[in-house]
Amino acid sequence: MMDNQNCCCNYAESNNSLIMAKEELRAFKEMEGGLIPALHKVQDIYGYLPEEALKLISEELDVPITDIYGVASFYSLFSLVPKGKHVVSVCLGTACYVNGAQKILDRLSEELEVKVGKTTRDGKFTLQSTRCIGACGLAPVIMIDEKVYGRVIPNDIPKILKDFE
Amino acid sequence: MKSIEELNEIRQSTKMLVNQGQDRTNPRIVVGMATCGIAAGANLVLDTIMEEVRNLNIADVTVAQTGCIGVCRLEPIVEVIMPGEDKITYVEMTPEKAKKVVNQHIKEGKVVEEYNILLSQDEEHKIYKSLNDVDFYKKQFRVALKNCGVIDPESIDEYIAVDGYKALEKVLSEMKPKEVVDLIKQSGLRGRGGGGFPTGLKWEFTAKAQGDQKYVICNADEGDPGAFMDRSILEGDPYTVLEAMTIAGYAIGANKGYIYVRAEYPMAVKRLDKAIIKAKEYGLLGQKIFRTNFDFDLEIRLGAGAFVCGEETALIHSIEGERGVSTQKPPFPANSGLWGKPTLINNVETFANITQIILKGHEWFKSIGTEKSPGTKVFALGGKINNPGLVEIPMGTPLRDVIYEIGDGIPNNKKFKAVQTGGPSGGCIPAELLDSPIDYDTLIAIGSMMGSGGMIVMDEDNCMVDVAKFFLEFVADESCGKCTPCRIGTRRLFELLEKITSGNGSTADIDKLENLSREIKATALCGLGQTAPNPVLSTLRYFRNEYSAHVNKECPAGACQSLISYVINHSKCIGCSVCSKVCPADAIFGELKKPYTIDQSICVTCGACISKCKFNAIEIH
Repeated sequence: MMDNQNCCCNYAESNNSLIMAKEELRAFKEMEGGLIPALHKVQDIYGYLPEEALKLISEELDVPITDIYGVASFYSLFSLVPKGKHVVSVCLGTACYVNGAQKILDRLSEELEVKVGKTTRDGKFTLQSTRCIGACGLAPVIMIDEKVYGRVIPNDIPKILKDFE
Repeated sequence: MKSIEELNEIRQSTKMLVNQGQDRTNPRIVVGMATCGIAAGANLVLDTIMEEVRNLNIADVTVAQTGCIGVCRLEPIVEVIMPGEDKITYVEMTPEKAKKVVNQHIKEGKVVEEYNILLSQDEEHKIYKSLNDVDFYKKQFRVALKNCGVIDPESIDEYIAVDGYKALEKVLSEMKPKEVVDLIKQSGLRGRGGGGFPTGLKWEFTAKAQGDQKYVICNADEGDPGAFMDRSILEGDPYTVLEAMTIAGYAIGANKGYIYVRAEYPMAVKRLDKAIIKAKEYGLLGQKIFRTNFDFDLEIRLGAGAFVCGEETALIHSIEGERGVSTQKPPFPANSGLWGKPTLINNVETFANITQIILKGHEWFKSIGTEKSPGTKVFALGGKINNPGLVEIPMGTPLRDVIYEIGDGIPNNKKFKAVQTGGPSGGCIPAELLDSPIDYDTLIAIGSMMGSGGMIVMDEDNCMVDVAKFFLEFVADESCGKCTPCRIGTRRLFELLEKITSGNGSTADIDKLENLSREIKATALCGLGQTAPNPVLSTLRYFRNEYSAHVNKECPAGACQSLISYVINHSKCIGCSVCSKVCPADAIFGELKKPYTIDQSICVTCGACISKCKFNAIEIH
């Protein structure tokens, strides 16, 4: 558990999220197959799926927590650990790959000093590879948060990252 | 609830709004606002256009945001249709250029020629007014993409104006469910998700299945890397999918449908959401549609990033709120699908053909394409190609036409090596088979498959063993893990490929690779596992020499990093030091104005130097 979660303001924030999540989860109680939509909703609120939220889903939807873990860990969009402030996604669709996406990913990993799938020590960036985002005409493509950068070459990386400093 | 008469009124009054012909009465500006257009900056262009139109106080201009116009390379694209004139296409737009277009073209009626000139790759520098005149479009035939890039996907009225909901009206007022099923059967339409199963048969099986509750599912979990046609249809023409699903519901006797769409496609989800709300408002979804006794409702379910969920039984489990693992067929979903009820699952592009078949008849549909694969297919053309984009061609078109005429060939005078179709389930097709016609059966016969329609072109710089490794890493990652051949087999295939690409493989490993591939194909539970070895088998079939070269510690394409080294050619290097500055590993050293050297023990073969050297002094060995 992160140290700063003991701090009162973070506690308040987490408490707010909990209340908000509880409110939202009502909609999924009666929904057939509502677990996955519920996980999406809770992840929208927290940014990831913390343990307290999984427990809450378990209580509200009356699903055993092992089943929830089973589902949450199966799908790649669900994250059980917090993500960095900015999420850097390198598209590894085929069009991007044949146009050199692996080199872009390697360069990002080097510049950010972080392995693929992990978050930098300062919590600023999470580096991940992602499957086709469907902008194949601009390959290779990277996406930082919601912003898409097309036709990237490895030497563009330092400049792009500067946008987020 | 809108009546048929009210829809006709909307159709009449909105027709002029979307009219592309010379009899328009007011100017229309269209901005391509699909994901690719926005990535290229289309939203800034749109904002500028709206602002300029407001500022200049020009009355009666319609500004429409449409889906993908098709030619990704030229995004952002803006089209202008002035009354009494042909459509003019402006490409590679910026906010400044857009401002000028509004000022000069809309206000003063003068075409801004410098922005609408499309330079073709040849030396003639042809001038085109509209994309319709360009080779990229001339060889195409648009059925599924008919409305994409033409209408505003967020306006139900514009959809109605281009004959939207006419097919549903016809079906509900004139046809019995069985007649609808028969029509689809007669059309010969085959599933565009990749397998090519006859759509009409699927409808018939579900219609005949016993059960008071049935479901229609639209499979919009487009997971193939390199395919984006479903996204483009959902972003560009969502109502066509809604209308077709409603028709399917009527034909098979279902009153509830689900659209299972990738969460990675937020814009498609947003537009579908809006479309469903609007269709309900108009009474085109919900109860007593067109005042008949037919009810049909739709709900969106988001995927959560699992490739296997494109497989129908896995998709069903995911909607049920479980892990997306596949189950043995039979029973087929037609008999026992969602919550054990008869369920019809079709892919987005398949649905996008339905209204056209209903309106124009099965004879018309069969007149396009080939005898066994009637109609068209949408491809996402990408990779090493001059004109990447979304293309829709009649079945039977030779691969060569798509790559050289529509796609305008390979950039930088490189040599074509292969075209990959069918995504991870497909294969690589070599140059000698470029004249093969594109249809389901031919592609299978040459060791590939249609798949959902990714078409990735590769040139001499792409290593085919590396490409096979790329796909195997993908499927090994995405295997649901339920059956051993897929879970462990694909992992072992990947490891063997890694061994070979790193130069540690032997001839025996190539044999192992081939044998294991055949085992997995024969024993895996679902389509994902059964087709997972295809990239290996097809590259072994056509590019076995590249595998042998890797065993001899050579990568002919110069792509596998452990098998190549960068060397500075001292007769070409002028000692400008650029390479040394960009080297992230500090492996390049030397004295200014004298040839530099790369220390091979430090070099990480990232290629940063080679991309910066202006003198071609760095060579791959």
